[in-house]
Amino acid sequence: MTVAPDDPGLADEAHDWKSAYIHVPFCRRRCPYCDFAIVDESATSVDHRRYIDAVLAEIEMEDGIGPLDAINFGGGTPSRLATAMIGDVVDSLAQRFGRAKDAEISIEVNPEDWSNEYGAELVAHGVTRVSIGAQSFDGEILGVLGRLHGPPEIERCVESARDVGVRSVGIDLIFGHADESDHSWTRSIDRAFALEPDHVSTYALTVERGTALAASIEAGAQAPDPDTQADRYQAFLDTAAPRGLARYEVSNHAKSGHACRYNLATWAHAEYLGFGLAAHDHRWGTRARNHRRLDRYLEAVEAGTRPRIATETLSASEQERDRLMLGLRLAAGTPITSVAATFLASDGGARMAEHGLVWERDGRIGVTNLFLADAVAREALAVA
Amino acid sequence: MTHATGPDLVIFGQEVDDPPFPAFAAGEPSGRHRMDQARIRNFSIIAHIDHGKSTLADRLLERTGAISERDMRAQLLDEMDLERERGITIKANAVRIDYRSADGAVYELNLIDTPGHVDFSYEVSRSLEACEGALLLVDASQGIEAQTLANAYMAIESGLEVIPVINKIDLPAADPERVALEITSVIGGDPDEVLRVSAKSGAGIDELLEAIVHRLPAPSGDPGGTLRALVFDSYYDTYRGVVALIRVVDGSVSTGTRIRLMATGADLVVDEVGVRRPAIEPTGNLSAGSAGYLMTGVKEIDLIRVGDTVTTTDHPSDTALAGYAEPKPMVFSGLFPTDGDDFERLREALDKLRLNDSSLVYQAETSRALGFGFRAGFLGLLHMEIVRERLEREYDLDLVATAPSVQYVANTADGGRKVIQSPQDLPDAGSLLSVEEPYVKVMIITPSEYIGTVMELVQGKRGEMGEMTYLSPERVELHYRMPLAEIVFDFFDQLKSRTRGYASLDYEPDDYRASDLVRVDILLNSQPVDAFSTIVHKDKAYVYGRAMVTKLRELIPRQLFDVPIQAAIGSRIISRETVKARRKDVTAKCYGGDITRKRKLLERQKEGKKRMKMVGSVEVPQDAFVAALRISEE
Ligand SMILES: Nc1nc2c(ncn2[C@@H]2O[C@H](COP(=O)(O)OP(=O)(O)OP(=O)(O)O)[C@@H](O)[C@H]2O)c(=O)[nH]1
Ligand code: SF4
Ligand SMILES: [Mg+2]
Repeated sequence: MTVAPDDPGLADEAHDWKSAYIHVPFCRRRCPYCDFAIVDESATSVDHRRYIDAVLAEIEMEDGIGPLDAINFGGGTPSRLATAMIGDVVDSLAQRFGRAKDAEISIEVNPEDWSNEYGAELVAHGVTRVSIGAQSFDGEILGVLGRLHGPPEIERCVESARDVGVRSVGIDLIFGHADESDHSWTRSIDRAFALEPDHVSTYALTVERGTALAASIEAGAQAPDPDTQADRYQAFLDTAAPRGLARYEVSNHAKSGHACRYNLATWAHAEYLGFGLAAHDHRWGTRARNHRRLDRYLEAVEAGTRPRIATETLSASEQERDRLMLGLRLAAGTPITSVAATFLASDGGARMAEHGLVWERDGRIGVTNLFLADAVAREALAVA
Repeated sequence: MTHATGPDLVIFGQEVDDPPFPAFAAGEPSGRHRMDQARIRNFSIIAHIDHGKSTLADRLLERTGAISERDMRAQLLDEMDLERERGITIKANAVRIDYRSADGAVYELNLIDTPGHVDFSYEVSRSLEACEGALLLVDASQGIEAQTLANAYMAIESGLEVIPVINKIDLPAADPERVALEITSVIGGDPDEVLRVSAKSGAGIDELLEAIVHRLPAPSGDPGGTLRALVFDSYYDTYRGVVALIRVVDGSVSTGTRIRLMATGADLVVDEVGVRRPAIEPTGNLSAGSAGYLMTGVKEIDLIRVGDTVTTTDHPSDTALAGYAEPKPMVFSGLFPTDGDDFERLREALDKLRLNDSSLVYQAETSRALGFGFRAGFLGLLHMEIVRERLEREYDLDLVATAPSVQYVANTADGGRKVIQSPQDLPDAGSLLSVEEPYVKVMIITPSEYIGTVMELVQGKRGEMGEMTYLSPERVELHYRMPLAEIVFDFFDQLKSRTRGYASLDYEPDDYRASDLVRVDILLNSQPVDAFSTIVHKDKAYVYGRAMVTKLRELIPRQLFDVPIQAAIGSRIISRETVKARRKDVTAKCYGGDITRKRKLLERQKEGKKRMKMVGSVEVPQDAFVAALRISEE
């Protein structure tokens, strides 16, 4: 499959894909900018087997969807798990929901967890894609970000992943920390591209409430500057394009045939199952969320109940709103539904079109500069 | 016990067997409250702001038993929420107390607590017309200040007997000797006869009460004559309609009396008369010399105007009492609802507010930038601020106020004279012969060490020096003529800060004079925004334009496209800045597919933006419209 990642047809196809997300909350320790639902294993120890058993039990409680086009292990740090556990989950999902031909099985890994053996076992369990949490190739910035690996581990990890036969190898980068310089960033980009990744995700560092980063900024440390982040991002795009990586979503870039299916499906407003701590689930008309506290999650599942903390029911037009909001993040845009048409006809929508902030062609609407996607989505949600 | 029915019957206070004062038996017929005029004293408490008028009123209410200790609270007569929050009196408040003097007789005291702020001097002048005397309060540590003098002159000109009283003698910095000399050098009299009190501790209050009884004259109207009563104030009660506060000069008025308002010609029937203590207490009758309230159930405020004379329909008087000049609005500002749909609600709110504030004037106005709203006239900036705050709070409105402006007169080439309340109404330079602006007479009182500083400040504001009088070797009274536009805005703050708070200021309207004035327009995205236009002196136009553009660049948030901000006189651009477009407005990742949270966040952010006003395609925060107010400080 060599479809361009930003192909509109692919995005529309993704709308009908079915995926499953498995949250693996374990991390060696919490990074200072992170507000995810994780278990900091430097402070608490948790029995991985017990957790995975709960996930397997949860899978048994779900039905009526499939076959699966994508399975994604996210975190936390999924590579904290023994490969056998990954295999158990993959097998259980395939058994219960079926697996589509070409199904993507994707996992986020941290370089310090990787070994050739580990990688080979993942491939043996069916993994087709890895997302390597590189974040930066500048040792100092890695330190500031609280990461436990250095640049050499990233390089080893990427090469090994390719050697053991992972089909798509992706690198995740974080940019725009106040301590990062232009030079540090361009060097990170260069070293990343030298590894010839199939996929690169780039995240502008955001300050989340309640994190150590937020506290240090409150105490006087410099906050990330949005203009600098815009510059850094542009520098990245300028380098990525000639290397054959196309941007298909705000933060995601891939070579043809290497778009992350799970990613695309999420932004194309497809259905997905969510398993594990704080996982989210989307079935037509209903969004549901799992417990964010591990004890409650385990308790619920072990008592034989769904570990839901909240569900939200959406009307047909509310679903359309969500589809528009999400689709505005895609380079391919999203079909002009009645909700999108209402937006385009509104004062706000017309103004944005007039200023060239949104484009409209072939029955689709999209954001010209994806770095302003939220501004457009905000306006769209207000009128539609 | 005798129940008085005629004007010359028994005086309550002389009945020695009465129960101890002021315990009235319930249901006692109202005639008991009637007094011989000789036992009535009507007075206002006047002073510079904060010299302790309302606190003194507290002590007088307390000492005469008008209010129980349990019901007492500081500045009791400051009833409005805003008065209590800001610690200042905004509206005059009249109250009746009864005082048993050392001579054994009971006196009826009608006191009016007045505001001290210069914006509300109209309230003082109205109050004085209802009195024979005034207590001129002076802070023992501050001495005479501008409104001390202005109010003292006003009282003397109205023919009132003035009792000077030095307050706050408990303060460590009190210097009653010096202050007594200052006072007597201005209004005459013997420094030793100046009373000394502490409204805080209550010291000297008994002596003050005796002085009120013995030094202030009794009213001298004709109790048997034709009814003439002055409406010196009014307020609106949702259930009872217009409540007029009246001072009866001649004759008497009772429940059921058919009355005529001499100026409006309205004939009405009295529903209820009585006194405020300060809670209202019906008395059935009010007669010559007395003050109290009158209700007719009428809801139209225009029928019972402040300053009108009440007489009877059956035997109307020929000569009305001297009324009041309408208060002159000094500054004008546009008031626009943030949400255009609230225009009608704003109109209703203004109409209602005016029932309790007759000095508020307004007329509908349309702005290209802000839509439908009102041009309102105010007595000053504090008045403007208070009206706006009351509209927002009491009527739950969200308003955009434009920069205040004074009222100009444009002389046009075709010989016309046009009153300009709103800068956007100024005709184009081509058809304009000249523009006149209002001048005011300014009085500044300052310690003499700051004379140079004050002069420098005033000259920078186009002031012309008038006379200078030493009140004492250390304190000077300076007189100027200045354009009103120069003092309305931040002059007062600058004066205070440059004299470490010691100088004070009073002003009154003078004449109109032609000046070299131009209109500076502000353009956003190349479109002129009428609500930002301001008329300024030509010599200051450039500095003003520069400051305004700089300020707006700070206030206007970055948008999705560049927003040029320009200042222009006619077609000539005098200054320019650009608000650079926002370059990043997106969050990277929807963690684990939490779409609900993402959607809610975007919706909440959008909600926050509703506090902005769309001007053309630019989002402008509401406070940008009064930015002009603050720029000259920087
Ligand atoms: N120490 C001391 N403070 C006093 C005395 N009288 C009033 N104050 C204080 O002075 C401040 C102003 O008092 P107010 O009674 O509100 O003054 P005012 O003259 O009514 O003020 P405006 O109505 O705003 O003009 C308050 O903080 C009072 O507590 C006094 O005799 N001694
Ligand atoms: S490894 Fe990832 S999930 Fe874990 S704390 Fe760091 S950023 Fe958060
Ligand atoms: Mg007061």
